[in-house]
Amino acid sequence: MVNGQRAIEAQGLCKEYGSTRVLQDVSLSVAPGEGLVLLGPNGAGKTTLLKILATLIRPTAGLVRIAGYELRRDADAIRRHVGFLAHGSYLYEDLTAVENLQFFATLHGLAVRKPDLLRALDDVDLEGDADQRVREFSLGMKRRLAFARLGLQRPRVLLLDEPFAGLDQQGIKRVEDSLTAFKDEGAAILMVTHNLGHGLAMADRVAILAAGRVAVERNRHDLDPEALSALYTTHTGDR
Amino acid sequence: MYLRRAWAVFWKDSLIERRSKEMANGLFFFAFLLLFLFHFALGPDRARIEMAFPGLLWLGFLLTGLLGLGRTFLGERENDCLEGLVLAPGDKSAIYLGKVAGGVLLMLLLQVFLLLLFTVFYNLEMRKVLPGLALVGALGAIGFAAVGSLFAAITAQVRARELLFPLLLLPVVIPLLLGAVAATGELVQSHSLSAARHWLALLAGADLIYLTTGLLTFEFILEA
Amino acid sequence: MKTGRLLGWVAAIGLLSGLSVGFLYAPRDAVQGNVQRIMYLHVPSVLTGYLAFGVVFLASLAYLFSQRSRWDRLAAASAEVGVVFTGLTLVSGAVWGKPTWGTWWTWDARLTTTALLFLIYVSYLLVRGMVEDRERAARFSAVVGIIGAIDIPIIHFSVQWFRTLHQPATLLRPQAPTMDAPMVFTLLLNVGAFILFYVYLTRMRFRLAELEEGV
Repeated sequence: MVNGQRAIEAQGLCKEYGSTRVLQDVSLSVAPGEGLVLLGPNGAGKTTLLKILATLIRPTAGLVRIAGYELRRDADAIRRHVGFLAHGSYLYEDLTAVENLQFFATLHGLAVRKPDLLRALDDVDLEGDADQRVREFSLGMKRRLAFARLGLQRPRVLLLDEPFAGLDQQGIKRVEDSLTAFKDEGAAILMVTHNLGHGLAMADRVAILAAGRVAVERNRHDLDPEALSALYTTHTGDR
Repeated sequence: MYLRRAWAVFWKDSLIERRSKEMANGLFFFAFLLLFLFHFALGPDRARIEMAFPGLLWLGFLLTGLLGLGRTFLGERENDCLEGLVLAPGDKSAIYLGKVAGGVLLMLLLQVFLLLLFTVFYNLEMRKVLPGLALVGALGAIGFAAVGSLFAAITAQVRARELLFPLLLLPVVIPLLLGAVAATGELVQSHSLSAARHWLALLAGADLIYLTTGLLTFEFILEA
Repeated sequence: MKTGRLLGWVAAIGLLSGLSVGFLYAPRDAVQGNVQRIMYLHVPSVLTGYLAFGVVFLASLAYLFSQRSRWDRLAAASAEVGVVFTGLTLVSGAVWGKPTWGTWWTWDARLTTTALLFLIYVSYLLVRGMVEDRERAARFSAVVGIIGAIDIPIIHFSVQWFRTLHQPATLLRPQAPTMDAPMVFTLLLNVGAFILFYVYLTRMRFRLAELEEGV
């Protein structure tokens, strides 16, 4: 990857389902080591945008470049460099934590051995539950397991869909620390949320997505919480 | 790496199957039930049963196989795991291969069970035809699983999947049914494998074609 | 639209003339009588039905390779028209068969394969109808079309073998082994007319799909 090249780049992204336009001319970019938080109410198109970047949905129009690879040509290469924390956990309930990690690692062609798996679990404080079936995990534990997966993958680009949903204070803190660590290693992070409070700690920039368009984009440090809240309400009519 | 990924899929499915025990037992009970249905439909006339044996055996296998293969991607329904498979980089056909392997294993187990039931319930003398039957069964299972896994991937993403899956699968696997029934008929009559060799060749040829088509087209089903 | 109109007229004239020649002017069959004239309907429709699926096959391949939706539209249009011709084949075969050979249906290789082709057509169209995402529906049905088309010869082969195994006696053939020249001519005329009609209908359906999707 060339220096200065954006890790995530979207230009003029549009997505239509029949006559419904979900995304309209969306452009954004995230540099390596940078964190962009995308805010917006439900139905604004945040998840659709994320899924397009994750190569799960094809855009109707527009350009997407991830880690230097163009979506239309090299979706497969993009998948090697993107870690996606989706709404669904991608976990098999009847497998243990280690088995889930092993399956993911093999499927993604990661050269890991059992000690690496255990270390990844240890990093999220799940080593003690390594051989427990995921069905018995709490939501927080499943989220941690998903982060362990990301830890194994160490992707250049992280896409996160509501990573804080359903977590308690401790869980939130864990996620924030994880994300900061990823950023320090040079990963680009795009995080989607409709919660104004969390995650701003690791954000360098904030954008607001409303009705399929990017309404606002600012440097996080230029905004204090009240200003952000006011902007949000103005553009989305939400609180 | 390709084979390792295929194996990972196969192994994962086997683990889940063993642990959840969800429908696997149900399938065997269903096979059991079919025996009773056949008996009541055809009556106690032993000669009639013996004449219809090849057809009944493979019909029974087809019906249970239909139920079994329809579940190929059931494990991927929870937690959006199917999406997780889409995100895996590399050749998707490795996933297909793993699924087919799992399907073949399930089909073989069902065959053994059905054969056992037939032997017990109809007091049939199987010993001489057993090796031939095993070969026919294996060839039939491969073709069936090859097409079934492909269509299961399609119907897993569709709403009315229970109806669509048999509708898609049955017309296409007719040659397998014909081949298996005819080959079994030859085996039972002449007790020699060579009498059935044309049918075995048909089955093998069809298997090759189905498997190749599946390997080449699977990526289009598990794409964005 | 000019070509379309012209095509439509030519096809209509072709059909009209072909069918009237077939039902009015062609010689009466010595053995079967007037019922035999259904052949002028039955044979062209079976050929067209298979031709249509051949188009579905090639268009599906083209779609998967190129990802261009026009190939998918062609495949879908051809399938919708082809299923009708195939259905017509089965019905006309039954109408022909009952008075001629005393049976609505026969399990010979050709008819059985045609019936299975009909089912494969139906499953192709069902997949398209049951998947909401247009792009996915296109891909899924393309795969169904491809494997269906590849399977047709295998089906035909296996059914034929199966039948020679079980029924070495009378093989009912829905077509006379030798025909007089006028009959051959009439048949060819109708085949040509049907194919033209197929092209016309498919083209229309294709254009309709383009309009629907705002292309």
